[in-house]
Amino acid sequence: FPGAGGGNDIQWCFSQVKGAVDDDVAEADIISTVEFNHSGELLATGDKGGRVVIFQQEQENKTQSHSRGEYNVYSTFQSHEPEFDYLKSLEIEEKINKIRWLPQKNAAQFLLSTNDKTIKLWKISERDKRPEGYNLKEEDGRYRDPTTVTTLRVPVFRPMDLMVEASPRRIFANAHTYHINSISINSDYETYLSADDLRINLWHLEITDRSFNIVDIKPANMEELTEVITAAEFHPNSCNTFVYSSSKGTIRLCDMRASALCDRHSKLFEEPEDPSNRSFFSEIISSISDVKFSHSGRYMMTRDYLSVKIWDLNMENRPVETYQVHEYLRSKLCSLYENDCIFDKFECCWNGSDRQVLIVMTGSYNNFFRMFDRNTKRDITLEASRENNKPRTVLKPRKVCASGKRKKDEISVDSLDFNKKILHTAWHPKENIIAVATTNNLYIFQDKMN
Amino acid sequence: MSAENPESASAEEQKEMEDKVISPEKVEEAKLKARYPHLGQKPGGSDFLRKRLQKGQKYFDSGDYNMAKAKMKNKQLPTAAPDKTEVTGDHIPTPQDLPQRKPSLVASKLAG
Repeated sequence: FPGAGGGNDIQWCFSQVKGAVDDDVAEADIISTVEFNHSGELLATGDKGGRVVIFQQEQENKTQSHSRGEYNVYSTFQSHEPEFDYLKSLEIEEKINKIRWLPQKNAAQFLLSTNDKTIKLWKISERDKRPEGYNLKEEDGRYRDPTTVTTLRVPVFRPMDLMVEASPRRIFANAHTYHINSISINSDYETYLSADDLRINLWHLEITDRSFNIVDIKPANMEELTEVITAAEFHPNSCNTFVYSSSKGTIRLCDMRASALCDRHSKLFEEPEDPSNRSFFSEIISSISDVKFSHSGRYMMTRDYLSVKIWDLNMENRPVETYQVHEYLRSKLCSLYENDCIFDKFECCWNGSDRQVLIVMTGSYNNFFRMFDRNTKRDITLEASRENNKPRTVLKPRKVCASGKRKKDEISVDSLDFNKKILHTAWHPKENIIAVATTNNLYIFQDKMN
Repeated sequence: MSAENPESASAEEQKEMEDKVISPEKVEEAKLKARYPHLGQKPGGSDFLRKRLQKGQKYFDSGDYNMAKAKMKNKQLPTAAPDKTEVTGDHIPTPQDLPQRKPSLVASKLAG
């Protein structure tokens, strides 16, 4: 990426930043998920306070041909509220763990949002006209004196200022004993799965009082528990196929046609480990925090603490590509364990459907995020920071100095701010626009158009 | 290991050095074990998982609470110190001690 690029090299520029400027971050404002809809026109965020904010891209302005439309607030609503389970003495957080959009079928937009226990289907619809000319009511709603009504008229629709309304259409509750980490909509657009630490359930979007358990890894004796489910996703094209990842670094591919309960996997993806390299940290850092199928469905990508791996579905015994996100942290694992950062769950994403581009992206610390070009094998580190916010100025690559003499413009590992984590990133499905969430701010970057 | 055998002693030293050179992870592991000698023998594993699965547990036991109230008919129930966030142990928690969870009434700052 850096320097003279071929025609395909993307040059990222700052476009927008959303959120408060002050350093004092309220817990509720911590962004917990970011997701573009299928057209890329809408961008949703969820936060720890249970709120969803949806941004809409402006229609392209003919006079501003050098930049794509900006994202502005379209709708915001409280999706989940805190609850207390008195029976189990359990506090249920309102934090939105995941948002997934449904493909658009009519004028309204639908999304699924979930906290630890409950999934909700939200309908977001526009209202831009309203009926006027009622016979019994005034325009402001007051009832007219019936003796003044001497003629009848038919109310007509007149334009009004656009109102965007969000309403919960389905609530899928009481199916998860443990904490939901993933939801994934099936390619049949009728069903979806939800996964918690030990179980995966299959739902029909129309039915809220029943759900099928399709994976159950809870051992009979909890003392024997060694592994939990960390993420799950449906295959983009095969409606009978899904994968789930584990805290031990394995991915299981399951076929729902094989049996009702998919406890036996069809494929098990695992990279063999050199036993002499094993340490106390090995299993923890091998835990997969995210799994994403490629658009074609031929590959899948996993993120563990230090790396991103690309797997070919036809090859179970090792990944086809491995990219080191921040290998310099390997010699800091002791402190990262003590401050709990070793348990941070980073997500990863593929670029949009542009066939010329083959890039994967993931976040790191110090508000850095990383991109790996699978074609050129080059990688780049960029920073989400308000200091770089001159639109149309290309972002400067960052470099971390692992040890030894630090060059000018490099930052040493010990100076990294581990409280500034980029866990959530998203790539527009069609264009080179990316959304990057820092703790409480949302950054939008675009590639520099010529 | 024989102290009188200089060859085997140096081979071990060399392996130790190699370990340090090859595996920063093992160095970090040694650091951790030095700080927490009682850390579970089993690497990774069940301790983490069980802790993870219990996230969100608040230890208000209505049985304990009512029995304590019955025992102390005329006396005041001890209340938690204002700064105490973890309510466990000898102190019998009251519903008032558990932090009230209310939904955010404020709109997200992303929408501001």
